[in-house]
Amino acid sequence: MKSMSRPVFYVAICALLAVLAVASLSAGRVWVPWSAWAATSNDPRWAIVFSLRLPRTLLAMMVGAALGVSGAALQGYTRNPLAEPGVLGVSSMAALGAVLTLYLGVATQAAWILPVAAMIGAAVGVVMLLALAGATSSSVTFILAGIIVQTFATAAVALAMNLAPNPWAVNEIINWVMGSLADRSVAEVQLAAPGVIIGVGVLLTLGRALDALTLGETGARSLGINMGLTRLLLGFGVACAVGASVAVTGMIGFVGLIIPHLLRPVIGARPGALLLPSALAGAALILAADMLVRITPAATEIRLGVAMAILGGPFFLIVLIALRRKVA
Amino acid sequence: MTLAAESLSVRLGDKQVLDGVEAVFAAGKITAVVGPNGAGKSTLLACLAGLRRPQAGRARLDDWALLDLPPRERAKHIAFLPQTPEVAWAIDVRTLVGLGRTAFTGPWGQGDEDRAAVDRALAATELEPFADRVVGTLSGGERARALIARAIAGEPDWLLADEPLAGLDPGHALDAADLFRALAGEGRGVILTLHDLAAAIRMADRVLVLAEGRVLADGAPLDALTSATLAQAYGVEARVVDGLGGPMVEVVGRAR
Repeated sequence: MKSMSRPVFYVAICALLAVLAVASLSAGRVWVPWSAWAATSNDPRWAIVFSLRLPRTLLAMMVGAALGVSGAALQGYTRNPLAEPGVLGVSSMAALGAVLTLYLGVATQAAWILPVAAMIGAAVGVVMLLALAGATSSSVTFILAGIIVQTFATAAVALAMNLAPNPWAVNEIINWVMGSLADRSVAEVQLAAPGVIIGVGVLLTLGRALDALTLGETGARSLGINMGLTRLLLGFGVACAVGASVAVTGMIGFVGLIIPHLLRPVIGARPGALLLPSALAGAALILAADMLVRITPAATEIRLGVAMAILGGPFFLIVLIALRRKVA
Repeated sequence: MTLAAESLSVRLGDKQVLDGVEAVFAAGKITAVVGPNGAGKSTLLACLAGLRRPQAGRARLDDWALLDLPPRERAKHIAFLPQTPEVAWAIDVRTLVGLGRTAFTGPWGQGDEDRAAVDRALAATELEPFADRVVGTLSGGERARALIARAIAGEPDWLLADEPLAGLDPGHALDAADLFRALAGEGRGVILTLHDLAAAIRMADRVLVLAEGRVLADGAPLDALTSATLAQAYGVEARVVDGLGGPMVEVVGRAR
């Protein structure tokens, strides 16, 4: 069933990431060829590369990796191919955390407040999800719980906009709802890095547990998996990774949904084997998508979150149709 | 090695599922746990596998209270095959069987010893030709064998299987029985819950009859499955008769 061995896949995806990263540093309204990089800092394009595009490229890779691995981990845990931080409301809860700091006007007091609030929001989202889904391992219950969390978070964000004290706050809030990587600086990279690195690192340790969960929760427990610890690490990892990502880029959906689906035919369906590849492929997808919105000619740059939703909607539909065929 | 139930009592809601069950299981033997629907067979098995916490009493592995053992340590000794095993993803048979090595697998994945054990489990269940097939494409009998192979890939001291013969045609049921017999022959303890009393007589060294959460009879198959016990446990009039392949249970009708 596997059409590609793992070493070949890793070499291919790393090569793709390298090509995309170089392209991401070069591409945009101003094309910066390789020759300009090596030039001295007198070249004005040097500043474009290092203070604008380098942070943007790094953030794209970090956020893509965080969302990709979170999607793979949530799908593995729920045994449901439709699970994803966006679909299950975790991203929305992270946005709600960020939005609340903007609404209350505390975000400007210290740079760390907003990302921490986003991570707390994501953590609350995961806890709500696990509490609502309860001990049942039914994937329908899990998706329903996700819809409840998602509805709550969306309504709360709307309420914050509704009651916002001034138009400036509304504008800022809309920024979080439409994810983007535009105009991000090294400061944002520094803010997101700890959460993303810790979160992705924790999620990558769950491979054995997620593999065992293929046999259901009872099966996994009989194989010696500590389900309580697995839930805790999953919640913590997703909260850190998704919270830190949403804090600096706003909501970017569907990455976590698309990536594991694209990878399963290539490297097999074992959930643990999908974690690291999903992180790498997620990074590649966001890099490519961000470059695409950057070079698309439009009066204002299309927001990455909007572009991903436009791509993700039809993809979600295709997944649903394929699933229905399998069931029928 | 012994696995033992010591005064196990489990309550679910207002139903007493297990009521002070006492039993000591011996390695190298096949024990069949039989009884009517709702007698507590699956619950007893789950307690013996360390997957359920009883309200009173304990399951014991040698001198260890099962629930005090680290889950991974326990899983190295006891394999559990649930009644309706779920296989969530489209994984191939070799990957499925490899899951049986979970307790032994280190952070860097399976080693040579794990792969060798998987090969042995595939060979024991005659599944080598199917190793690369996706589990979802197997027939019911092949799938059941693949799940048994998964359970024995960890080369456990104890195999606890809940209704392992359910859904198997007579031929495959006999194959599965041979496999369990071979495992017992290697010195492993095998505990099965069974609905098919004839299979219990044929396969098991010992039969434990459970009814309403209590042990009704416990002994060699023909000693345990008497007409009186069957009437009390199942509410049927039945007797053990001589069939072509050995003793079998003939159900005459509802007990009056």
